[in-house]
Amino acid sequence: MDLGQFSLSRRNFLGLSAATAGALALSACGSSGPGQASSGGATYWFLSGEPQQDIRQGAVDAFNKKNSDHQIKTTTFQNDAYKTKIKTALGAGQGPTIIWGWGGGGLKSWVDAGQVEDLTSWFGSNGDVKDRLFPSSFGPATIDGKIYAMPAETVQPIVLFYNKKLFDQVGAQPPQSWGDIMALVPKFNAAGIAPFSLAGQSRWTNMMWLEFAFDRVGGSEVFQAVFDGEANAWSNPASIQGLTMIQDLVKANGFINGFESIVADQNADQALLYTDKAAMMLHGSWTYASMKTDGGDFVTGGNLGWMNFPPVEGGTGDPSDTVGNPGQYLSINAKASDEQKDLAKKFFSEGVLQDAEVKAWIDTGGVPIVNGSDSQLKSSDDADFLTFVYDTASKAKVFAQSWDQALSPTAAESLLDNIAKLFQLSITPQQFADSMNQVIGK
Amino acid sequence: MTALAPPAVSSAQTSRSAPAAGGHGRVWWMVLPALIMFAGFGIIPLLGVLGLSFTTWDTLGVIKPSGFDSWHQVLTDPGLPHALWVTFEIMALSWLFQTPVSILIGVFLAGNQRYREFLAVLYFIPLLLSAAAIAITYKALLDPNFGLGAGLGLGILQQNWLGESGLALATVVFVVSWQFIPFHSLIYQGAVRQIPVSMYEAAQLDGAGRVRQFFSITLPQIKYTIILSSTLMVVGSLTFFDLIFVLTEGGPSDATRSLALDMYKTGFQANLMGPACAIATILVVIGLLLALLLRRLGGRGDESQLEGA
Repeated sequence: MDLGQFSLSRRNFLGLSAATAGALALSACGSSGPGQASSGGATYWFLSGEPQQDIRQGAVDAFNKKNSDHQIKTTTFQNDAYKTKIKTALGAGQGPTIIWGWGGGGLKSWVDAGQVEDLTSWFGSNGDVKDRLFPSSFGPATIDGKIYAMPAETVQPIVLFYNKKLFDQVGAQPPQSWGDIMALVPKFNAAGIAPFSLAGQSRWTNMMWLEFAFDRVGGSEVFQAVFDGEANAWSNPASIQGLTMIQDLVKANGFINGFESIVADQNADQALLYTDKAAMMLHGSWTYASMKTDGGDFVTGGNLGWMNFPPVEGGTGDPSDTVGNPGQYLSINAKASDEQKDLAKKFFSEGVLQDAEVKAWIDTGGVPIVNGSDSQLKSSDDADFLTFVYDTASKAKVFAQSWDQALSPTAAESLLDNIAKLFQLSITPQQFADSMNQVIGK
Repeated sequence: MTALAPPAVSSAQTSRSAPAAGGHGRVWWMVLPALIMFAGFGIIPLLGVLGLSFTTWDTLGVIKPSGFDSWHQVLTDPGLPHALWVTFEIMALSWLFQTPVSILIGVFLAGNQRYREFLAVLYFIPLLLSAAAIAITYKALLDPNFGLGAGLGLGILQQNWLGESGLALATVVFVVSWQFIPFHSLIYQGAVRQIPVSMYEAAQLDGAGRVRQFFSITLPQIKYTIILSSTLMVVGSLTFFDLIFVLTEGGPSDATRSLALDMYKTGFQANLMGPACAIATILVVIGLLLALLLRRLGGRGDESQLEGA
């Protein structure tokens, strides 16, 4: 009996302590989250991943050194995790003072929810800050005529990269038209080389093909109509033609075997290009830096070629057009204290894209969105590529933002889903257009 | 999902066989810690999900009540029957694959020989790894261009494992099974060890061979364990998410987009919390129904398993 009593009371004790621990855990959840720093400092969340992370941190460190009384505290997140985390944090009122973002549809959803500060008047009275930056980079920061974000960092057009070694091997020239692309496909396949590398599981990688196909066939107006919410905009004949062209390329084995399961995050698609397994790759200009780092002497040995996407026969689009990221974007949390907002604005004018940061971006093969930085590009190791990117970005008649970032997250997810099906050949171009028409304006 | 079936001993039986329990006064308050945790982390969130399924919310703005809009959207979406079908395919195939293999390994490991105990430790290893790590590793191994097939030059391994609809589903089932077979083997090992040796001795005297012993003694004796293990497999595979998400993200196109993935993508990628909560509710209902069904299959709890022992 005594033993029974003892074991009972011991269990009570354990139960009680478990309950106490649970209660403690619950109360811990209620305390202020990581977002708002105490003592007047501001917080800043951005993406992790080298070499960008170091540069972002470097700019903050330099700013903090000059302003020892008010500090900016940073927190970094991995890309996909960040997209979820920032939404949850903003919704819960726990967001950082300075929010790193992509502009476009994502920014619009923050604006609609009243989560970010209107910076129009601040840019009005700080003209020097605005005039330093590429005018085209302000497009995705502007919602209904008002500026909600400061463009920052680098311009990143999508570029057609190719492996010069493999072109020499089969005795071919880089494609000057869509017809050339389709003619190169059997040539490379016959030599046992995949014509194009593609990280198809990431879906947005496939989307870059559609962005160019639409633009070259029908001009930038085709997607603009979708963006503007015109009914049945996806059923435009140019859009159907672009979709059909892409499926023809898939059917002709234009993309590497198993592209459906390759993920861009692990840079496997770039590896295919620099290990001579694939001849070409349509990808963001940011991949230059990682191919240079990971590809041995592939880039430094002059084996990497690049060009803007070629025109399509009979297409009405301007071949100088490009798509990609016109910049990255920093917004200010509307719920931050006035003191924090002032500190953030001070960081925007005195901390963002200062000379050291501009140089750091150039060193990693990026083109900062600062007017006149082309003079600094010339002295870089990667002068050829950087000048190409600068020219592409600054001379483009239209620099469109990537579709998934221009659209709302809801429409973008539906778009990516349908693109995956299109590349899997499980839907026809017409079915793609029909199901995308349903989410226009959502 | 905490809807795991309690041990197959009914309360009636408990009070009959152990009338002395609770003889020290009222101890009802002892359930409080468990009850509070279950209510706080099980029931209340569940009701919250049900409530949210009747609203429109993009996770950022205000939550707007919208009646049956979300339900209408989810139930008329052709993606739902597809996701349901994929979920049941994964469930059925992984059960069909895991159960026989687990039983055989479990029976094998029930022996007390040294080498079997050594092998038992080896077989246990997959269970120690996190699902994400397993998925990333398999993804690398199965890569048609850089993976095992390409590395060893074996054409047969150089398939487009995760890029073709049918193959991708089979691969997911295989990797899921690879991870969980050790766990179920462990359960079966324990069950087989509880079978009285006298039964086998009697069968041997009657001239029954090993195969006959397996089908006539071992299998009937571990009936309840099979039900337990099946419940865990079936209910578990309903909510199976992490491994599939890392391995295929529901792709290629939507070939492995199960209900759990559908819910995550709708809620956290497309920002449609209302429909995502409706899918979650469907998931809970199916899970509960399946658990109930499997308990029914178990028959009456007071039936003796040791007849003739």
